Amino acid sequence: MSNASEHHHTGLIGSQPRPDGSARSKISYAEEGFATAWLIAPASLWLILFLVIPLVSIVVFSFWENTPQGLNPAFSLEFYGEYFYTKGFFDPDSDRFLLPSVFIRTLGSTVYFTLVTMLLCLIVGYPIAYFLAMQVQAFKWQLALFLLCMVPFWTSYLIRAVAWLPMLGRRGLINQALLGMGIVDKPVSFLFYSEFGYTMALVQIYVVLGIGPIFFSLAKINKDILEAATDMGATPFQIFREIIGPMSLPGVAIGMIFIFVMIMGEFATAVVVYGGKTSTAGTVILNYYGIANYPFAAVNALMLMLAMVIGIIVILRVVDIRKEL
Amino acid sequence: MARWTPERWRKLRVKTGFSIYYVIFLAFIYGPMFAMFILSFQGRRGGTSFPMRGWSLYWWNKLLEPSTVGDMQGALGRSLILALMVMVITALFSTMLAMAFRKAFRFSNVLFYTVLTGLMVPGVLLSLGMAILMRQLGLSPAWYSSGLAVHVIWALPFGYLVMMAVFNRFDARLEEAARDMGADEWTVFKEITLPLITPGVVAAGLFGFTLSYDEFARTTLLAGADNTLPLDINASMTQRIRPTLFALGTASTIFSLLMISVFLGIYTILYRRSR
Repeated sequence: MSNASEHHHTGLIGSQPRPDGSARSKISYAEEGFATAWLIAPASLWLILFLVIPLVSIVVFSFWENTPQGLNPAFSLEFYGEYFYTKGFFDPDSDRFLLPSVFIRTLGSTVYFTLVTMLLCLIVGYPIAYFLAMQVQAFKWQLALFLLCMVPFWTSYLIRAVAWLPMLGRRGLINQALLGMGIVDKPVSFLFYSEFGYTMALVQIYVVLGIGPIFFSLAKINKDILEAATDMGATPFQIFREIIGPMSLPGVAIGMIFIFVMIMGEFATAVVVYGGKTSTAGTVILNYYGIANYPFAAVNALMLMLAMVIGIIVILRVVDIRKEL
Repeated sequence: MARWTPERWRKLRVKTGFSIYYVIFLAFIYGPMFAMFILSFQGRRGGTSFPMRGWSLYWWNKLLEPSTVGDMQGALGRSLILALMVMVITALFSTMLAMAFRKAFRFSNVLFYTVLTGLMVPGVLLSLGMAILMRQLGLSPAWYSSGLAVHVIWALPFGYLVMMAVFNRFDARLEEAARDMGADEWTVFKEITLPLITPGVVAAGLFGFTLSYDEFARTTLLAGADNTLPLDINASMTQRIRPTLFALGTASTIFSLLMISVFLGIYTILYRRSR
């Protein structure tokens, strides 16, 4: 434990010796280095053309009219009305009124699945990040074991989704195991094409996105503090509650944002593992694009974006990401 | 020899517990893929689940036949070219952006959040916006134009964050010294800055390559007439799932792993050299 101070991590990318404060401060002389304008011009242009304008155009198109000849510029709230009022609200056949429309309910179930998956990813992933950062001592091993977790992130998620079929399918490994052990007498079908299978697949695909940031914020914790706490008689639980937990919160928040934005826009896994039995906000958008109802697809997209912005703001209230870089 | 105090036993138990959990976790994230690998060698009469009915390369051979799952080889080629283009542009843009952010400049906050927006916006949204816009403008989408455009938007934040981290721990005194000795900006960049940041640039490029190679959501509406590989995989999934798909998945995964090892190899060599 005496060599704890040697465990300062230079990070995965940096190799240079840690410079002192004066060297770290930004270059203050404007004439030094390349001109900022030239450095940012190409990327800025790309971002404006292919990110800002398409997003703004979604807002614009959501107000346009859809005619057989194509889209017509207009200021029409028709599709917003459809989004909020279709099959619901003042439904005369139902004794309940103010029932949310089917689109709002789809968005709601998307949010619900996302939150459940986020929670599961946190429960599954946090101990892994903790193990890597706190239990593994040698930096070399930390890096190796961390990369082992990260590798699936760099492989196709479509493939990872379909790979669940031999495991969870009607004649999959889990059913065979259950049958073999005599726990059930006929194959259970809730595994695949079900909420269970969908959630499992989502956790497996996205949990690595949570582990990375949590691992980095845990690795930044100075081990001397933990030792000091131990010396002063703190129990492991107290150390976690008072030091490790709060200090890993930024990593948790960043990881949760990653997972949140990925799953909110998710549609491919839903189709593959859920068998298209249910809709997510993403599949609804694609369906309406498919039948050439572009303004309505845009309205759906906007509502999804709105839900995501609200979610990110809520998470950001916990932590300011920019301070953590 | 250290004594086995109760405290050490407790620590060992905790560590063993975590290690076992880690192994179970690995089984969870790799297990399904391994099942798929094995099943891709399923016998000719076998199906998409265990048990194996003999072993064969039947499904792998089917993969190589041109007609079974569309234009596989063509899709692979297009995906590779696209990934290489995204890799180069991402590495270049993220290096330039991170260099600009070493100095304070106006609207740097706006630019920072715009870059990160590319990470936050779901692929289906960006795809939709671009697709409708191009339709209105009378442009037809293609994987090398609109596909390339949104893939870079997706990969840039990753590369940018990598390069920001690199320059955060970069010792600017080395550049100062070169300037004091009369080097012009290009010489400083070529002789001092670039050799030191090359591992980071490679890492940014790796993100560009792999993120583009596997990207599906952002290409769905924007690939135009010719499919990329993930689109092809998706198309073959909507048909009846057969072991051919597992062979395809295995091949694609092995290729991804190969790419990662190549990049890690290059990275390690450059990292050692830059020390």
